[in-house]
Amino acid sequence: MDKATLAGALGSPSAFGQSQFALVRGNAFEARVKADGGTELLRLVHEKLDRSAEPPAAARVPDLSAAGHAGRAARTELALGEAVLAPGEWTLLDHPLLALDVAGSPAFLEPDAVVVHPDGSWTVVEIKSFPLLDGSADPAKVGAAARQAAVYVLALEEVATRLAAAPDVPGEAPRVRHRILLVCPKDFSNLPTASAVDVRKQRAVTARQLARLTRIEHIADALPEGTCFAPELPRERLTASVESVPASYAPECLSACELAFHCRDRSRAQDAVTTLGRPVRAELGGLTTVEDVLAAARGELGDPADPTVAALRRAAALRAEALAGAAAPTGARALAGVAGAARAEVAPCP
Amino acid sequence: MTRSSTASPSSTLSAEAVFDAGAAAGRATDAILRDTLHGTARGVVVDSPPGAGKSTLVVRAALELADAGRPLMVVAQTNAQVDDLVLRLAEKNPALPVGRLHSSDTDPYDKALDGLDNVRKSAKASDLAGIDVVVSTAAKWAHVKGVEPWAHAIVDEAYQMRSDALLAVAGLFERALFVGDPGQLDPFSIVGGEQWAGLSYDPSASAVTTLLAHNPELPQHRLPVSWRLPASAAPLVSDAFYPYTPFRSGTGHGDRRLALGVPSDGSGPDRVIDEAAESGWGLLELPARHTPRTDPEAVRAVALVVRRLLDREGASVSERSEDAVPLTADRIAVGTAHRDQAAAVRTALAELGAADVTVDTANRLQGREFDVTVVLHPLSGRPDATAFHLETGRLCVLASRHRHACIVVCRAGVGELLDAYPSTEPVQLGTLVKFPDGWEANHAVLAHLAHHRITWQP
Amino acid sequence: MSLITTLARLEAVSTGRARPAATVRHRHLSERPLVFVPLTTAGEAGAPLGALVGTDRDAPRLLAVPQPRDRDLRFAFLAELADVVLPYIDGCAEAVEAAERSETDPETGKRVKVEVELCADAPQLIVPSRAGVDFVRLLGRSTRFRRTAEQDPEAPFPAPPRVPLLGRWLTHFGERARVPGSSLLPAMTDLLGRHWATGQSSLEDQHLGALLAWIDPPAGRSGAEAAREAELARDAGGQLRCPPAGPATDPAFDNKLLAPAIERYDRARTAFAAAQDGLEADERLGALTAAEREIRTLVESRTRPTWDAVWRGLDLLRALPEGVRVEERWTRDRWSFTGHRDRVLAGEPPQPRRDDAVTAANKLATREREQARLEAQEALDDPLVMAGRRLSGEAFAGEVTDVVMAYSESKRPSPRPLVTVRTDDRPHLGARTRVYRSLGGKPQAAEFVGYEDETDGHGADGHGRDGAEEGPAAVESTGVESAGVESAGAGQSSGGLLVLRIMDKMGRGREPEAGSVPEKGDRVCFTLFEHEPRGGAKLPDPEETPWTHGGPPDAEAAVREPADPVTEEDVL
Repeated sequence: MDKATLAGALGSPSAFGQSQFALVRGNAFEARVKADGGTELLRLVHEKLDRSAEPPAAARVPDLSAAGHAGRAARTELALGEAVLAPGEWTLLDHPLLALDVAGSPAFLEPDAVVVHPDGSWTVVEIKSFPLLDGSADPAKVGAAARQAAVYVLALEEVATRLAAAPDVPGEAPRVRHRILLVCPKDFSNLPTASAVDVRKQRAVTARQLARLTRIEHIADALPEGTCFAPELPRERLTASVESVPASYAPECLSACELAFHCRDRSRAQDAVTTLGRPVRAELGGLTTVEDVLAAARGELGDPADPTVAALRRAAALRAEALAGAAAPTGARALAGVAGAARAEVAPCP
Repeated sequence: MTRSSTASPSSTLSAEAVFDAGAAAGRATDAILRDTLHGTARGVVVDSPPGAGKSTLVVRAALELADAGRPLMVVAQTNAQVDDLVLRLAEKNPALPVGRLHSSDTDPYDKALDGLDNVRKSAKASDLAGIDVVVSTAAKWAHVKGVEPWAHAIVDEAYQMRSDALLAVAGLFERALFVGDPGQLDPFSIVGGEQWAGLSYDPSASAVTTLLAHNPELPQHRLPVSWRLPASAAPLVSDAFYPYTPFRSGTGHGDRRLALGVPSDGSGPDRVIDEAAESGWGLLELPARHTPRTDPEAVRAVALVVRRLLDREGASVSERSEDAVPLTADRIAVGTAHRDQAAAVRTALAELGAADVTVDTANRLQGREFDVTVVLHPLSGRPDATAFHLETGRLCVLASRHRHACIVVCRAGVGELLDAYPSTEPVQLGTLVKFPDGWEANHAVLAHLAHHRITWQP
Repeated sequence: MSLITTLARLEAVSTGRARPAATVRHRHLSERPLVFVPLTTAGEAGAPLGALVGTDRDAPRLLAVPQPRDRDLRFAFLAELADVVLPYIDGCAEAVEAAERSETDPETGKRVKVEVELCADAPQLIVPSRAGVDFVRLLGRSTRFRRTAEQDPEAPFPAPPRVPLLGRWLTHFGERARVPGSSLLPAMTDLLGRHWATGQSSLEDQHLGALLAWIDPPAGRSGAEAAREAELARDAGGQLRCPPAGPATDPAFDNKLLAPAIERYDRARTAFAAAQDGLEADERLGALTAAEREIRTLVESRTRPTWDAVWRGLDLLRALPEGVRVEERWTRDRWSFTGHRDRVLAGEPPQPRRDDAVTAANKLATREREQARLEAQEALDDPLVMAGRRLSGEAFAGEVTDVVMAYSESKRPSPRPLVTVRTDDRPHLGARTRVYRSLGGKPQAAEFVGYEDETDGHGADGHGRDGAEEGPAAVESTGVESAGVESAGAGQSSGGLLVLRIMDKMGRGREPEAGSVPEKGDRVCFTLFEHEPRGGAKLPDPEETPWTHGGPPDAEAAVREPADPVTEEDVL
């Protein structure tokens, strides 16, 4: 589902989209990393993850093209099985397709690359266009890449289990390495550099999340009959459809989801305090709307014995006292004709 | 529990019927002392899970180093830890000369030290020169300048020490034994230090992280047996908080028993007490609701559980004593995440006439031990789950203070809350993964507690 | 976020306008700041696209890079930027005053006072948002290791003469910006966000246009409406009406306007290079100049609204009276500036790529100390900030109801008067907790004696009350949950009458000096936190880095950090 188009159709277009400069640069970088049969990429895998192995001189790069998602996934699995039967060799799978069971339905995933080591173990490779500057990178971006790679690791582990169960594969299931390779441009250049990232934490978290997802039919059951998100529908029907899906807006959504501006409008219309950020709720207990909190602070609502209400009233009293105390000298300055807004804001409430 | 995909080594260990915990622990201790006294490495690192005998090890290593004639300095993190160590040393060997280096503030050390003949106290390191063992806090050691370096040091609670604190004192010794629990609360800084994250000497990282990054060849040991945690708790704590360095309980399932003299009155608190006495864990689940931190209902429930524990004349039997030992107020503790919660519980306990029970935050309960603990779950009633509340070390401390049973009081809905706040931790390149994710650990504990749930509408 | 700030934000939602979050200005503002509004190219680390820069709000200098991937054009941009920034910095470096500083005498090892120069003023570089601060740091990193032809005749692509020096200064500004309360390189969104609470989240406050809309909405409109428009409104061509404050540009701008313009520029340049004769060259130069002008116009159209917004923000901030202790913190900025000036003059090498262990630890210690100082000073300067500390039990205010003279039990008894204060606040006081009040700008210490029963005079002591326990109470009560601190929250015990023993600042005599002891009826405010942070222990010199931290750093390597290798991708 294309959330950006949907957001536009709902009347809250997102600020997303990618600059073509970034796109061109990113594609050029990935092509460079994988050029010459992946020579540079394999050199990095060897250097960062598997120094004791024979350095990759020539690697197998199997053709993974096939018709349809299921076909490509099957082709990938076949290639992985073949690679396992070719010990002592390096194999590079360029854009393999993996199937992962999500709440009973297959989801298809496409890592940038998977490398099979001479010992038969597998490494997930993520190629990103954000730079590694003096050896460090934006932690939020690395975190996102690690979570993404963890999903691939889980999917590969399913493949490995299936392969081990097959009659023609000898021995144990191939090992999926828990240190993935993150490849990024070095400093200000377009030269690749890499860092091994331990994704055991993210893998454990993702496994838990997948286990806790109710089966997808249950999610579908909760939706009203006829729910459909096609963008060409009239706006009222679309809005009704989208609102039937439970979602809890928080400001962090703005940088992550195309529908965030739409959800924010809903959240504001509901007067929800979380519009101001999740931490705001920490001290507000069961109060969830702006007006309820303000009414409680003013003494119009709530039980004074409730610690939330008591704290709000104390906070309101202390704030009023401080502003009133500060108002006198500021008022004098205001008369001297200082610019508007600041004066108005510092003036006491009547 | 849904941990089948990550089968943990500890469950295999506990399956081994003939596991001689004492022998395993003894072998570990011998190896540590051998490396410390006779090894060639400049440092030795010991990871100690909760209740694995860290203090005993520190005291023993100190006495043996002193016996061997090696001038020894001991670095601990708080004044309470320093005083406790001095008292233990004096208890084991009253004749050993010990120096207590202290600050020049008012009441700088425990008055109990004044009663010890061979303990000399001073605010100046030069006054203590030549004494076999000198003990102080890292903060005080950092001010010691221009002295002959000590041949040996023991750094206690090294995982709670910041790298920059070690930098300030490491010039004072030639070799050192570093001891600590990697699972407790990490040190932190009130200002951002992201620019150094991933650097081997990141000043806000733990002292052990820096030490090992620069000296990866140092011998690293692990105390494999928790003498504190009962057989009912060790597997959960090990799986949830020490998945990469498992440990086991030193006692078997039948070795510890908690019996109650007064039968249950059928109330929620009594039922959860019975559950915990039987299984080692109890979850008293209150109806789901978003509450302020000092949730009056939850606070009262915690206090009631404590009151009933006392009223029901609990008595424990353990490997320490054949005879039943009464469960008195000093053997019970309440743990909370926040100071205001602790204060609210104290007030509630005072109203119920149970003011003698220890009530404190996870920070202050680190390193302490009780027979039964009652924990107000850090996420109970919260509308949101912040990094603070998800911090693995906090839950680990709260869930690993007990010898017999741990009772958690919590509002329903924490599982759903966790699901609404999926883990999105940033990742710093080059940092060592030593510990599981807080989100995942919370789920693991919750899944286990679900088997011991008593729902109650107060 | 304290409950008081939360309330202010909720009031803002309710009234549609930002509410005050401070009653005084907590940051220094220069009389003549240098405003810098940079733009960068998407996908290229630190490649500038253009900027507006200058000290005159009516006449900013426009810099543009018509082809951001061309190293020569980037160098031209940096050289131009250096021509604006360095003279501005030099202007502050010349006027000095005499000052004293404690130094360790290398021969005796004793601390001695030495007379040194302190620059009378320091430069202030203002960027629109935090991303701008990061960009300044990135520019500093990308330029300070460059070699000029003069430094290294062999350098393959020598940088223009003053570019490496610009890099060193930008690096210094970027590092100083990490020190809490510093003002050498503030971001306008941070400055405004410190002083006003809007009806949106702090994340959304990072949008300068939206933030200003909440604080100072156009006549007849609510802040919420104006902010939404600033964030999202687009013109018929699909371009944002209020362009982002940068340095990142809107993808729609990149794709629809900038990319075609750069393509035209590239074509014009290729054509110009291929010109066969002078006449053709003249003609094609005209086309090239036009193409370049087009890009300059585009850059100006995206930066000018932000430039004006920064100056509007300055107007709003200047209307607030400056906090009393702001000057003192600015003096620390002046020391920082003077120190770097001296290092440059002494011919020291550029700041290394990575701090060594000792430098990193020292920087962290400075920042922690300055954070503590900032928190204390803001509370002392501003009753609204103090209200937050009172709410969290870290301070209390009230009226003196009784003063009883008492003396210390020493051979020469000193005054230790007992002062009774009536307060509605609920401080976390334990037996003998130290509290402080500001007396003529200096902290006066007192000790908590106990609570007084309103009915029968001196009564219970602190026992049985909640509040400060032993241990690092000061750290645990700062309220920063995410940093691993167990915050104290609003107090539990009610205040009432409490008795304090004044401990110092009363002179040397048997009787306290006039005005040094509160009198009955006085309004007093005491804090549980110290007003001046204590300094930590001195760390070893870098040459004495211990084995636990990798031993002394390689001094040679630090002096001669190589420039970044030049790759063919940098050239078209």
